[in-house]
Amino acid sequence: MINQVYRLVSPRQFDIVNIEKTITDGQIIVKPTYMAICHADQRYFNGNRDKKVLRKKLPMALIHEAVGKVVYDQTGEYGVGTNVVLIPNTPTVIDEVIGENYLPASRFRSSGYDGFMQDYVFMDKDRVVRIPENVDLKVAAFSELTSVAMHAISRFKSRSHKNKGAIGVWGDGNLGYLVCLLLKRIYPETKVMLFGKNQSKLDYFSFVDEAYQIDDIPPNIILDHAFECVGGNGSKHAIDQIIDHIQPEGTISLLGVSEDPVEVNTRMVLEKGLVLYGSSRSGRQDFQETMDVISQDVEIQNYLGNLIGDFYEVNNIDDILKAFESDMTRSWGKTVMHWKI
Amino acid sequence: MIYAQILGGGKGTRMGNVSMPKQFLTIGKKPIIIHTVEKFILNHDIDQIIISVPAKWLEYTKDILKKNLKDDRIQVIEGGADRNETIMKGIQHIEKTYGLTDDCIILTHDAVRPFITSRIIEENIEGALNSGAVDTVIPAIDTIVRGKNGVITDIPQRDEMFQGQTPQSFNIKKLVKHFNALTDDQKQLLTDACKICLLAGEEVKLVKGEYYNIKVTTPYDLKIANATLEGAEKI
Repeated sequence: MINQVYRLVSPRQFDIVNIEKTITDGQIIVKPTYMAICHADQRYFNGNRDKKVLRKKLPMALIHEAVGKVVYDQTGEYGVGTNVVLIPNTPTVIDEVIGENYLPASRFRSSGYDGFMQDYVFMDKDRVVRIPENVDLKVAAFSELTSVAMHAISRFKSRSHKNKGAIGVWGDGNLGYLVCLLLKRIYPETKVMLFGKNQSKLDYFSFVDEAYQIDDIPPNIILDHAFECVGGNGSKHAIDQIIDHIQPEGTISLLGVSEDPVEVNTRMVLEKGLVLYGSSRSGRQDFQETMDVISQDVEIQNYLGNLIGDFYEVNNIDDILKAFESDMTRSWGKTVMHWKI
Repeated sequence: MIYAQILGGGKGTRMGNVSMPKQFLTIGKKPIIIHTVEKFILNHDIDQIIISVPAKWLEYTKDILKKNLKDDRIQVIEGGADRNETIMKGIQHIEKTYGLTDDCIILTHDAVRPFITSRIIEENIEGALNSGAVDTVIPAIDTIVRGKNGVITDIPQRDEMFQGQTPQSFNIKKLVKHFNALTDDQKQLLTDACKICLLAGEEVKLVKGEYYNIKVTTPYDLKIANATLEGAEKI
């Protein structure tokens, strides 16, 4: 079959490439239907990556958050017409200790490998997760990001001590929103406190127990654990503030991506005996747990729906450009595209 | 019912010295017609896929289909002397095998247009169900000139000019009715199925094609088609 792949060839320039694919019984073929734009896609689109990285990774199809409809399945596991979430991580080896999303040999779509902006995508059968019928596909479109929050909370479960009276989340962006939402769902008795820069964004977090602007944090705030979802230059300040307010032996989950190394006040980390651990991307288990949680909880779906900042129907390359350009200027939420190209 | 008919009746007279009809030549690793049919089997709104080929290539077509595809919806039948006769033979086969209802539609597509996309197929189905007749076109890039006896007779406004591609899709009963109303001379002259509807005063809607949805007809097209296939997916 000749498949059309919509690759970014250089910043702000897409090209349609025809690629021969073989239909095999071992793989499932999915027609992508809804996709969400991630900051990482946006950095490639704008050329905000090191020139060497751009030279190495482009041309490449963007988008690693997507859902689609199964159009071919000889494995008998899903069946034609089933809506599925597409998992962008593709492990090439199995390791009993290291998670699939941390294995250096794993391939991640839209980061060096073609993402989901294609006419059809060919997936191994363990790289899709069924979407229950009661889940809104537009919400499911950004399940990958939701599963990143789910993954962080799974790691938190196994790394944190039992005191969970108060958890602080730094970052008022999309990831901060998802981490707060899932923490509140999984630990309903815990006080979830949000720390962010913009009051207009904090206002969206109606479900947290307390929300503070980062330049106005009361000195008496005490946390058992914290999540850093800031990234970039703000990471250092967020980690400093967390260290100031966290109890000894607390855990700090680091989720924010930064292009440059981040300074950490190790003196206080040692003094308080803190545990800092990284959390990045997600694996199949996290996608499945995400689907389980959102399909069993209508309220959560409504909150997730509020994260959709913009919705575009994409029929051609011009529509893709419009969606990316509008997403760039958005102050809140995810841009979801209905892929009708 | 929704039918797709892959028109592979051509004998490849424009492909130079090649003795094999053009739809069986290879692009990448497979015959062109296989690439084309593969795009249709991935659309599950289509109930049956009828492939029309010259009589002496029937067995050959069945063989290569069997080697490359598994789909119960595929049937191979004999084509006609020209495009419209091939379409009508396909419709007769449908009528005889499944019967016809008022809302049956057919998507007719050149076997030698393997670059078709899922969107074009979906929009053809939607268009034929809603409007009765649709043509797939792309806006003309070059100026179109009408000429006769070596001189220009007209230069039509370019933004009203389009180049026809396929699929061309129709409500089957309407198409048959309009075709039967044609004189034998008209039937001989018509090379385009949409014109059957136009002559009957039927409105034909436009579906946007793609510039790369080319028809592989000449050796040059074959070179272009192979050249546009770009390596492998990065995964």
